[in-house]
Amino acid sequence: MTETRLTTSSSDTAAPATTPRRDAVSWLRTYGTTLFLVLLIAFFASQNARFLSVRNLTNILTEVSIYGIISVGMTFVILTGGVDLAVGSLLAFAAMAGALMAHAVGIDSGFDWLAALATSLAVGGLVGWVQGRAVTFFGIPAFIVTLGGMTMWRGATLILNDGAPLSGYSDAYRWWGTGTILGLPVPVMIFALVAAIGYVVQRYSRYGRQIYAVGGNIEAARLNGLDVTRLVTSVYAMIGLLSGLAGFLLSARLGSAESVAGTGYELRVIASVVIGGASLSGGRGGIGGTIIGALLIGVMGNGLVILHVSSYWQQVVIGFIIVAAVAFDTYAKARR
Amino acid sequence: MSEAAPLLEVRDLHKSFPGVRALGGVRLTVGKGEVHALLGENGAGKSTLLKILAGAQQADAGDIRLDGVLLPAGDGPLDRQRAGLITIYQEFNLLPDMSVAENMYLGREPLRRGLIDWSRLHADARAILTDLGMAIDPRCEVRRLSVAQQQMVEIARAMTQNARLIVMDEPTAALSKREVTTLHRLIADLKARGVSVIYVTHRLEEVTACCDRFTVLRDGLFVADGDVADIEVGDLIRMMVGRDVEFARQPRRAPGEIVLSARAITRRRHATDLHAVTLNGLSLDLHAGEILGLAGLVGAGRSEFARILFGADKADEGALHLSGWTGWFRSPGHALDAGVALVPEDRKQQGCFLDHSIRLNLTLPSLARLAKWGVFIDARAERALVERYARALRIKMANAEVAIGTLSGGNQQKVLLARCMALRPRVLIVDEPTRGIDVGAKSEVHQLLADLAADGVAVVVISSELPEVMAISDRIAVFREGVLTGIVDGDAADEAGLMHLMAAETTPGRATA
Repeated sequence: MTETRLTTSSSDTAAPATTPRRDAVSWLRTYGTTLFLVLLIAFFASQNARFLSVRNLTNILTEVSIYGIISVGMTFVILTGGVDLAVGSLLAFAAMAGALMAHAVGIDSGFDWLAALATSLAVGGLVGWVQGRAVTFFGIPAFIVTLGGMTMWRGATLILNDGAPLSGYSDAYRWWGTGTILGLPVPVMIFALVAAIGYVVQRYSRYGRQIYAVGGNIEAARLNGLDVTRLVTSVYAMIGLLSGLAGFLLSARLGSAESVAGTGYELRVIASVVIGGASLSGGRGGIGGTIIGALLIGVMGNGLVILHVSSYWQQVVIGFIIVAAVAFDTYAKARR
Repeated sequence: MSEAAPLLEVRDLHKSFPGVRALGGVRLTVGKGEVHALLGENGAGKSTLLKILAGAQQADAGDIRLDGVLLPAGDGPLDRQRAGLITIYQEFNLLPDMSVAENMYLGREPLRRGLIDWSRLHADARAILTDLGMAIDPRCEVRRLSVAQQQMVEIARAMTQNARLIVMDEPTAALSKREVTTLHRLIADLKARGVSVIYVTHRLEEVTACCDRFTVLRDGLFVADGDVADIEVGDLIRMMVGRDVEFARQPRRAPGEIVLSARAITRRRHATDLHAVTLNGLSLDLHAGEILGLAGLVGAGRSEFARILFGADKADEGALHLSGWTGWFRSPGHALDAGVALVPEDRKQQGCFLDHSIRLNLTLPSLARLAKWGVFIDARAERALVERYARALRIKMANAEVAIGTLSGGNQQKVLLARCMALRPRVLIVDEPTRGIDVGAKSEVHQLLADLAADGVAVVVISSELPEVMAISDRIAVFREGVLTGIVDGDAADEAGLMHLMAAETTPGRATA
């Protein structure tokens, strides 16, 4: 996944239409984040030659892939006007469940990785679906359901293995986190695949169109015959599934399923989607923008480390960028 | 007219919205301690006049004097309330989770050392409620009150603001008969205290029961005013309905076979929604190739009936028959699959995806047909569909990617009609198809509906504009307060007769002429 491809993909995020206006503000509104990302990369590169080394770029991409995979799902959730705060905890829970299954099957069986992958996906998808049903069937706000889920699944992870990390995997298992395909780390390739599928679904499929409609005006969507309940439930099931996938990849990469894995991911994932131009009230945003947002956060974190900026300051900077991105977007929208 | 100086004097008030003249030189004079009925059909300009009086909108020209003092044109709602001009809207402005007393003194709570003096707040509220003869506990949460009690709280709140003139917009729309009597007693009491009331209603029998004088508006113009004692209800109806703009009557069609039958549809009022309209045993047949107009006042139950037919709401009793099948539509999706489509009443809230493109808005329910293997949208087929309907309906737009929210009301409505037409429905229900759109677009929409009927679609048109209903309908079903009061032949219908069926307390003997 190269820089140029990402740039073009963000240009056609626009399923919601805007009146064609070729002025600087609306141009910046569309391309501002991409421009900022490019400038940021140029800046870090000028400060430290090591930044653009293959090894460092690979590091950035691998780091981004794990939460990037979840942010693809979060894009759909936020497009419906919802949110999912449980992704980090669910990642840890699904990974731990998968790791336990791998050990149960036997790490020398040759199928340990398959057992773990299948378990992580199943657990993630099922938990996501349950959370989605809680939102649609009982009408509990997504924020509350997933806030509860965030605590519950973290606690459940601790229960599963008594708070201890679980390590010791076969090489086949570890390949999913540390191996390469065509010179790129496996997690990066999987992220690229998930992003590509997500992009096609969002932009070219009936499902993607219906998700925009639900987020744009839920009552109108219902009166147009859409099965709103099923659509909303599906996005939570999908993000659960992707959290499970990310959990499996992270445990394979670290060689250990940890009960603290994915802590704080929910905020990083939501930030990616929002920096990418999505509206938290739904109906606006896209996978292209989300990927730029995820890269921006990854580049920023990595670059600041290379410049020896303390991690305390990193948090301040990233927080500021989130607010600034939304503030600009609001300003540009009000100007129309 | 009045002997003493009037309390409220509105002169030559003008107000226009883009493309529509809402008020064209309206006058209104209300004396002290007078109950004044403000009458007119839907779209006559009553709501605009009320909004300008309340300070929610600004007039383009004209004076408003209260007690001889000119009220500044730029006043906001707070300024008008301070002047003693209080408006009680149909949907109340109460905070349901707060107590009666808190609502009555919201923003004006009595303070002691900078903190709210709760005991005085409750004592003051109780004093006013008792004075007005209302048995309501000031500590009770507003959400636990009935609609009638909530209305009383609104009136009590007006009294805490030293009201000189209280405007009541359709105060009895959601009240039972007994509650109406109580309200009228309360209004008489206000009158005795020298407070004036502007009473907006469609129920003419209430005008004779409780009002002193009246003003009639029609199409944004002043028609007449006078003493209620000197006038017959029939004269009021004639003043309200005489029209300048007439729509061309369309040729009538011969009705085809019955496509959809509604039998004894009943919906009761549930505790969860006290404002809901009840429906009582409504039965109607929809014929292929016919336009059936549904006439009635606001709140008569026409939209509610349509939403039940379409599966958007549930009924308590009754059934639908659709070519051999009996039951209910589970959801709008189910109805659409069965060939029943609806263009909803509220274009912005229920119809449009305002921030999204015309293309998305037009093709959303047709996507199953436009998608390869039901999954991937065929972009070329989609564009072709949009182009075909944009041309056929003459939708004026820069291109199909423009957000629908940027279009005029008429063009938005055409997009929504196109959306339904693209599904080739057997039954098409359109709720207020021409509300808020200009005259030229109106006749285009009428022609479209006529063409659909000519193609054999069973078209149902809900409209609050009688001339429109009369111009395009083959048959007109009249609703009043959730009951079907008559079915009139389109050719035989006249406005006064329909108005009688819509508004009169007793149904006249002749259902059809």
